Amino acid sequence: MDLIRIRDVRKTYKTGTTAIYDLDLNIKKGEFVFIIGSTGCGKSTLIKMLYREEKPSSGKILVGGLDVGKIKNRKVYKLRRKIGVVFQNYQLLPNETAYENVAFALEVLGLPKDEIHAKVMKVLDLVGLKNKAKQYPRHLSGGEQQRVAIARAIVNGPKILICDEPTGNLDPKTSMEIMEVLEAINELGTTIIMVTHDISIVKKMKKRVVLLDSGRVVRDYKEGEYK
Amino acid sequence: MKAFRILGRNIRDSFKSVFRNFSLSLASISCITITLIVVAVAIILSINVTNFTKIVEKDVTIVAFLDVDITEEEKEDVYDQIIALDNIEMNNVEFIDKMEISKDMMASSDVFDSIMGEWTREESPIQDTYQIKVTDINLINKTAEEIKDIENVDVVKYGEGMVDQLVSVFDVIRKGTYIVVIALILVTAFLIANTIKITIMSRKREIEIMRLVGASNINIKIPFIFEGLILGMLGAVIPIVITLYGYTALYDHFGGQLFTNFIQLVKPTPFIYYTSLALLLIGMIVGMIGSSRAVKKYLKI
Repeated sequence: MDLIRIRDVRKTYKTGTTAIYDLDLNIKKGEFVFIIGSTGCGKSTLIKMLYREEKPSSGKILVGGLDVGKIKNRKVYKLRRKIGVVFQNYQLLPNETAYENVAFALEVLGLPKDEIHAKVMKVLDLVGLKNKAKQYPRHLSGGEQQRVAIARAIVNGPKILICDEPTGNLDPKTSMEIMEVLEAINELGTTIIMVTHDISIVKKMKKRVVLLDSGRVVRDYKEGEYK
Repeated sequence: MKAFRILGRNIRDSFKSVFRNFSLSLASISCITITLIVVAVAIILSINVTNFTKIVEKDVTIVAFLDVDITEEEKEDVYDQIIALDNIEMNNVEFIDKMEISKDMMASSDVFDSIMGEWTREESPIQDTYQIKVTDINLINKTAEEIKDIENVDVVKYGEGMVDQLVSVFDVIRKGTYIVVIALILVTAFLIANTIKITIMSRKREIEIMRLVGASNINIKIPFIFEGLILGMLGAVIPIVITLYGYTALYDHFGGQLFTNFIQLVKPTPFIYYTSLALLLIGMIVGMIGSSRAVKKYLKI
C-alpha cells in the first residue's frame, strides 16, 4: 500500500528557479528509501514538500491520504503529527536536557506527564541514550545529539520519518551507528525517507535508492540494486 | 483536559520568557506602569471633575427679577412664557415672593431688620423673582437671553461667565488628559510589541521545532500573547497600589473636599476598586494588543 504518492509534481520558486520537474514517485508503508543526487538536484525541495514546508506549484502529493498541496496553513500541524523530521544540525534546544528536548515534542501536544515520561524513556532506550537523559546537548557528542533528535522525531509515533542528511556532520563510525538506529526504527514499521550525500552508507544499507538529477527522477533502484 | 494542559504549559512558558528577557521585560513593565499611573490620575481627575460638574450644574439657577410694579396676572403670564421655553424643567420654576426675600434678609441681619421692617409691600424696592433650573447647562446663556426678553422681566442673573468658564476649563482638562493617555498607550503598545519581537527572535529555534512536531499555530502564538498580557498585568501593580492607598490617603487628608466644601471629592469606596479594575484591564488589553501586533508581524508560521 502506498503511503506517499507523488504525481506530476513541479516546484518553481518565486525567484523563477524550478527545483522539481514533473516528478512521479510512490513510497510504500514501511519502506526505507534513500534519495540521492548532486547538490541542487532537488532532494531538499522534494522532502520539504512532503512535510509541507514548501508547497508544490503543480501536481499532487498525497501523504497518508492527505493532499499536502491543499492543506491550509493553519491545518499543517495535522500532517506534521504524522511525520517526524531529523536534520543535519540536530536542531536541539541548548538549554534543555536530552529528556526535556524529547519531551518537548509531546508537551506541545498536551499529553499528560506520566505518558510523556513513559514514551520519552522508551524512545531514549531505543536510541541507546537512556543513561544520558539528564545531559545537556553541549555535553553530548554529535552522534548522541543526533540520536536525541531522532528520539524527538519518533516519540509521538509518526508513520513517516524524514531525515535530511542526518549523518552529514558525523564520522563514518558514528554515521553507521545512526543508520543502525534508523534501521531499528524502520523495522518497527516506520517508513523512512533519507536524503544523503554519503554513498558508502547507501551501498552498505542495500535499501531502495531514488536518484535525482536536475529535479527529475533518473533512476529508481530496488532494494539491493544500487552498487 | 488536554486543552488545559496546553494552556498551563503556555502560561508557564510565558512567565519563563518574561524573566528570561528580564531587562527588556522591565523596560516594558516600567512603561506600562508610568502610562497606567497617568491613566489612574486621568480617571481620578475625570471622575471627580464630572462629579463636581454635576454638582455645579445641579445648583445653577437662573434668577429672573420681575418689575416692581408687576400685577398678579402679569406674574402668571411670565410664568407661562418661561415654562414654554425649550430648556426649562417643568417643575423647576419657583416663584419667590419679595416679602419672603425680605423676611429672609431681615432674619440674617439686624441692620436689614431695622430698615426693611418698616417697608410695606408697595414701598419695598425688592423684586419678586422666579428661580429657574435648566435641563442643559450648555444652553444656559441662550435660555437666559430668552427669559430676559419676556415682558415684565427686569433683570436675569445666573452667575454668567463663572459657570461657563468652569465648565469649559473642566472640559479642557478632561480632553487634555485623554490625549496624553492615548499617546502613552500607543507608546506602551509599541514598546511591548518590540519586547515580544525580540522574544520571538530569541525563541526562533523553539518555534521551528514546535512547528515540526505538530503544534498548532494557535499553540505557538498563544505564549507570546500571554507574555504581553503578563507584562500588562505586572505593569498595573504599582498604579493599582497607588490608586488604592493614594486616593484614600488624599481623600482623608482633605476631608473629602478640595479647598472649599463646594468641591466634593468622590468617596473612595467603591470608586478605587472600579478604577483598579479598569487599570488592570487596560494593562492587559494594551499588553495583548502590543504582543498580538508583534506576533502578526514577526511570527511567520
